[in-house]
Amino acid sequence: MYLTTPMHSAAAVVERVSLYNDTHHPLKKRKMAYTEEELKKELETKEYEYGFYTDIESETFPKGLSEEIVIAISKKKEEPEWMTQWRLEAYRGWLEMKEPEWANVNYTKPNFQDISYYSAPNKKPKYDSIDEVDPELLDTFKRLGISLDEQKLLAGVAVDIVVDSVSVATTFKKTLGEKGIIFCSISEAIREHPELVKKHLGSVIPRKDNYYAALNAAVFSDGSFCYIPKGVRCPMELSTYFRINQAGTGQFERTLVIADEGSYVSYLEGCTAPSRDENQLHAAVVELVAMDHAEIKYSTVQNWYPGNKEGKGGVYNFVTKRGICENYAKISWTQVETGSAITWKYPSCVLKGDHSIGEFYSIAVTNNFQQADTGTKMIHLGKNTKSTIISKGISAGKSQNSYRGLVQVASRAENARNFSQCDSLLMGDLCGAHTFPYIEVKNKTAQIEHEATTSKIGEDQIFYCNQRGISTEKAIALIVNGFSKEVLNKLPMEFAVEAQKLLEISLEGSVG
Amino acid sequence: MLEIKDLHASVDNKEILKGINLVVKPGEVHAIMGPNGSGKSTLASVIAGKDEFEVTKGQVILEGHDLADDAPEARAHKGIFLSFQYPIEIPGVTVTNFMKTAINECRKARGQEDMPANEMLKLIKEKAELLKIDRKFLSRSLNEGFSGGEKKRNEIFQMAMLEPKISILDETDSGLDIDALRIVSDGVNKLRTKDNALVVITHYQRLLEYIVPDFVHVLYNGKIVKSGGPELALELEEKGYDWIKQEEAV
Repeated sequence: MYLTTPMHSAAAVVERVSLYNDTHHPLKKRKMAYTEEELKKELETKEYEYGFYTDIESETFPKGLSEEIVIAISKKKEEPEWMTQWRLEAYRGWLEMKEPEWANVNYTKPNFQDISYYSAPNKKPKYDSIDEVDPELLDTFKRLGISLDEQKLLAGVAVDIVVDSVSVATTFKKTLGEKGIIFCSISEAIREHPELVKKHLGSVIPRKDNYYAALNAAVFSDGSFCYIPKGVRCPMELSTYFRINQAGTGQFERTLVIADEGSYVSYLEGCTAPSRDENQLHAAVVELVAMDHAEIKYSTVQNWYPGNKEGKGGVYNFVTKRGICENYAKISWTQVETGSAITWKYPSCVLKGDHSIGEFYSIAVTNNFQQADTGTKMIHLGKNTKSTIISKGISAGKSQNSYRGLVQVASRAENARNFSQCDSLLMGDLCGAHTFPYIEVKNKTAQIEHEATTSKIGEDQIFYCNQRGISTEKAIALIVNGFSKEVLNKLPMEFAVEAQKLLEISLEGSVG
Repeated sequence: MLEIKDLHASVDNKEILKGINLVVKPGEVHAIMGPNGSGKSTLASVIAGKDEFEVTKGQVILEGHDLADDAPEARAHKGIFLSFQYPIEIPGVTVTNFMKTAINECRKARGQEDMPANEMLKLIKEKAELLKIDRKFLSRSLNEGFSGGEKKRNEIFQMAMLEPKISILDETDSGLDIDALRIVSDGVNKLRTKDNALVVITHYQRLLEYIVPDFVHVLYNGKIVKSGGPELALELEEKGYDWIKQEEAV
C-alpha cells in the first residue's frame, strides 16, 4: 500500500511558503539618521570580526584538478595505494556528474580549474607541547577566542584544530587513549587504523552520492576521525575548529565518527574563516556511524565569511552530512549556521535499525545577500523509528533562507513517527523565507506531523522593547534568541554562549 | 516634571494632535479622558517617542529637557514609562529575562554596572510580592498566552521594576473584569510616591474610582477642551461625551 498522508493535510507532499515584505516604514528612516554615525563605526570594526589573514608560510599546489593532482594529494598525505585508488575512482565518477541546480540559490558556479586543491602550513609539526606551536598561529587562535591555553583549561574539551587542511595540534589525546578512544586527523587514521577507515569511509555517504561529495572524496585534504569503542562513554566533548586560511584555497574536509555498540560521544564542530574577496569553496563530508545502542551528538556552529554588505565574496558551503543508526541507536544534529554566502547543507539520518532515533535542530541566519538552502533528511527504514526536526530560519537584509526537508518512511518501517516544526522569522522588508518539506510515506502505520510558522519582527515588538529602555539592536538580539531558544538549548553550554554571540554579530545593523 | 507645550503631531500627514498643553508636577495624578478617536493613545505614543508619529510643532519637556531628539529608549532611560493598551508578545523571552535586559540597559545608559544577579532576584521577589504576582508567571514567555488581566498586571510589574518618574497608563482598564481592575489599581497606588507622577488615559470613570486623579482633562479632536478636578470625571460619566462635542461645535 502506498500512502502519502501526513496528519496535517495542509502539509501534504510539497508545501511552499514564500514571503516577501515590501512595506516602507518611517521608523527605519529616522533611526538611521539617529545612529548612522555610530552604526557606520560599528560596522567598520565589527563587519567581520574574524576577518584577518594569518601569514603562515604555506605549501600550495598549483590551481586545477586532474588525476595527477588527485594522486599528488594522496602522495602528499603518504597514503596507501588503496586510498589513492579510492580517490581516483571518486574523481572519475565526479567527472561524469553534474552540479546540482535544484536548490533555491543563485550563484556563479565555481571554476573548478581555478582552485588550488592542497595547502598546508609549511612547518608541519607534531607538537608535544603548546610552546612548540607557531606563535603566529597561536595568535590566530587567541583572536578567535580559542587559544589552546584556554582550551586546555576548559575542563573536558579536547581540540583537534584543522588550519588549512592539516591538523597541527591534538590535545587530550592521551586521556582519550586510555579509554581506547581514537581521535585524530583522518590522514593519520588512514595510516594507523586502515581497517576501520576501509570499512566505514564512504559507507554512509558513497563516493558518488552527489557532485560535491564525489569531489570531496577525490581531493579531501584532511579532517577528523573519531572512534569510540564498545560501551565507552566519551568523557569529554570532542571539538574541532576549522578555518579557511589561504586565498583561493578550497577546503575539503572529511570527518568520520564511529560510535561502536553502546557507546556515546558528543562532537562539536566550529568554523570561522577570514574575509576574502573571491569566493571560497567549502565542500565537506561528514559521516556518522552509530552502531547498536550507540548515541552521537553532533553540534556545529558555522560562521564562514558571508561576503560583504554588497554581496561580494564569501564562502560557498556545499556540505554533505549524514549518519546511519543501527538498532536502538540515536543521532542528533544541532547546527547554528550564520555564515557563508551560499549554504547547501542537509545533515541527515538513515534510521536503518529498529527503534533508532534521529534528531535535527537547526538555526539558520541569513543577512545581506546570503542564501541558505538547508534542512535535513530523515529516512525511516527500521521499525519503531522516531525522528524530530526543529528548524528555525531567520532572514534579514536581502537574503533568502530556505528550509528543505525530506521525511521518508519505507514500506517495512512499521510505526515510524516524525514531528517537524519549521519556523521562519523575517526582519526588514527585502528578505525571503521559504519552506520545502517533502513527505513520502509508504507504510500506513506512520505518524507524521508538520508544523510551520512565519513571523516578522514587528515594529511594535521593537517599540515595546525600546520603551523599556532596550535599544533596537539589543531588542532584535533578544527576540531572535527567544525565537531560537528551543535549538540553542540543545547545544552544549560553552557552544550555546558562542552561538548567541554569533547571532547578535550576524544580525547587527540589519534593522536601521 | 512633564511639560507639554502646544504639541502638534500627525501620522501620514493627517494631524491628530492639534496643540496640546499639559503640565504634570511630581506626586500628581492626571486623568485624560475623551471619546474614541480623540487622540488619547496618540498622545501617549508621542510622549514615548514612537516614530510613526511626526511632531510638527511644540515640545515635550521632561525635567527641563526637550525630548525632541531622544529615541524611545533614551526617553525610557530618563524615566518615562508607558503601560501599553495592547502589550506585545515576545515568544521565548521570559518576563524575568526581559526585565533583566531592560534594567541593565537602563543602568548602562546611566553609567552604572549591570545589576548583580542576587540583587536582581531580590528586587523581582519584592516587586512580585508587592503586586501579588505568582513567581511562576515570571518564567513564562512575555505576554504569550497571557489573559487580558495578566497582561495588564505584567505592565504594572514592569513599572514597579523600572521605577519611572512618569508613567502613562494607556487604557489600563480595558479588558479587565472588576477583580482584575482592583488588583491592578491597588498595584499602581502602591507605586505612587511624592516624586513620581501618573498620567491615566481612560474612557471610563470606573478606573478613577480606584486611582483617584488630582486633575481630569477632556481630550477631543486633538485638543484638551476642558480641565477640572475629579468631579469632571463624574460629570462625564453621567452626561457622556456628547455635551462636550456640542459645546465644541458652538
